[in-house]
Amino acid sequence: MTPGTMLSRTVVVGAGQAAVALIAKLRALDPDRRITLIGDEPVVPYQRPPLSKDYLKGELPADGLSLRPRDWFEGQGIELRLGRSAIAIDRAAKTLCLDDGAVVGYDHLALCLGSEPRRLPAAVGGSLAGVYVLRRRADADALRPALAGASRVLIVGGGYVGLEVAAVVSGAGRTVTVLEAAPRILHRVAAEPTSDYFRELHRRNGVRLLEGIGLVALSGQDRVARAILSDGSELPVDLVLVGIGTAPVVELAARAGLAVENGIAVDDRCRTSDPSIVAAGDCTSVPHAGGRIRLESVQNAIAQGETAASTLCGRESPYRPKPWFWSNQYDVRLQIAGLSTGYDATLVRPGKRPGSQSVWYFRRSSLIAVDAINEPATYMVGRKLIEADITPAEAHLTDPGFLLNSLIRW
Amino acid sequence: MANVTWTPEGRAEMVAEMRDGRTLVAAAVSHAVPGICGACGSALACATCHVAVAEAWLAATGRPGPDEDAMLDMVEAGRPPNSRLRCQIRAHAALGGLLLHGPVSAP
Repeated sequence: MTPGTMLSRTVVVGAGQAAVALIAKLRALDPDRRITLIGDEPVVPYQRPPLSKDYLKGELPADGLSLRPRDWFEGQGIELRLGRSAIAIDRAAKTLCLDDGAVVGYDHLALCLGSEPRRLPAAVGGSLAGVYVLRRRADADALRPALAGASRVLIVGGGYVGLEVAAVVSGAGRTVTVLEAAPRILHRVAAEPTSDYFRELHRRNGVRLLEGIGLVALSGQDRVARAILSDGSELPVDLVLVGIGTAPVVELAARAGLAVENGIAVDDRCRTSDPSIVAAGDCTSVPHAGGRIRLESVQNAIAQGETAASTLCGRESPYRPKPWFWSNQYDVRLQIAGLSTGYDATLVRPGKRPGSQSVWYFRRSSLIAVDAINEPATYMVGRKLIEADITPAEAHLTDPGFLLNSLIRW
Repeated sequence: MANVTWTPEGRAEMVAEMRDGRTLVAAAVSHAVPGICGACGSALACATCHVAVAEAWLAATGRPGPDEDAMLDMVEAGRPPNSRLRCQIRAHAALGGLLLHGPVSAP
């Protein structure tokens, strides 16, 4: 037996942001361990956020999306198995079965399976040609040329992905309609002032927003041609993008009997219910405020990936989420610090220049989140205040002349 | 093309070749400079790519724009005058030989 075969083997399934953060940290902590990365897309791990922004616009080349160049994985001694999916885990034997029939043994397993876009059921026309989702690079690669020939675009769902795509495709002689079944766009993720701001922004750019109106069905011969809406109206369409949220990828874990609770249930060390298996990123749910939440963000993917790597090396350090998010639409930069879930009050702080403002979220009189619109300094201050658990006085927040950074104890 | 040298804290110097137009954070990520993950993909959203530019290079790298400037003000106490966000510095020939210290800190 050669010494190499005695080395512990960690297999990482899923090849997104969380997986790459996990691998980079794992390799830094343990230069010797065998690491295998299995990803079901045939490309080197890449960033997803630009898919609905610069990549869709054609302003970022495909190799600009990569999280690491291919030779980095080779240089780090990481075995890549791309274009392969794991179909079953045998926890007793500590093996993973792949879709090509291969059986891969592991000492430790890391599940970084991500999330999948929710799709429209085939019964309401979700399988017609011309209906797209946007999650993977291949989705963007299919969507971009299709948009070039589409003059009537319907976006189902007024969340971040839908609105970012609307910002990219509006103009150029196209009719762009965003349909949101909830009473307002960004209903799930932001308070009214932020929704109001983006509604006005999109209207100014010629996008038609239909709020409080749902989709009944899409119809057409082979290709989508019409949308039937819940107010009884019909809309002629050439292309439909469905952006109605994502669901965590949990089937592999659930079939193996791991605890699943709105995502693969992990603790603050990213441990699953099996001591040999960790999980990180969009596929997980984390403990929060006495319950569990899913955090679909780059920040969470990186932080959980690194936490999971530390756990695998026996250097456990608890992960306390410090969420931040961003969205770019037209020339507007939205930066979000904290988590607004469960807010009971908001306050708008006027910005320093036209078109800028920030929305401050409170829960039981404590600051929990800030939406900063074209206000990067305010975003940074908000982040610091939330992390330090400091809640500014209302009079200070509503006074644009008051320097909020004076509240931070450096 | 420009060659940029990093001196990560407690590590050996690293030299990375940068294609014109790509950002320093893209170069750092593709050469796996420790401590830099390019979290927001150069969207100027996270300030995790904070770096101190050697004084002699400030003319070549240029000064921060207003948004970058505002974020840098909040990155740490007593911000050094030579701090920049790597994601906002794009490679061009005049940056050949640039020396960067850091990563300074991830906020």
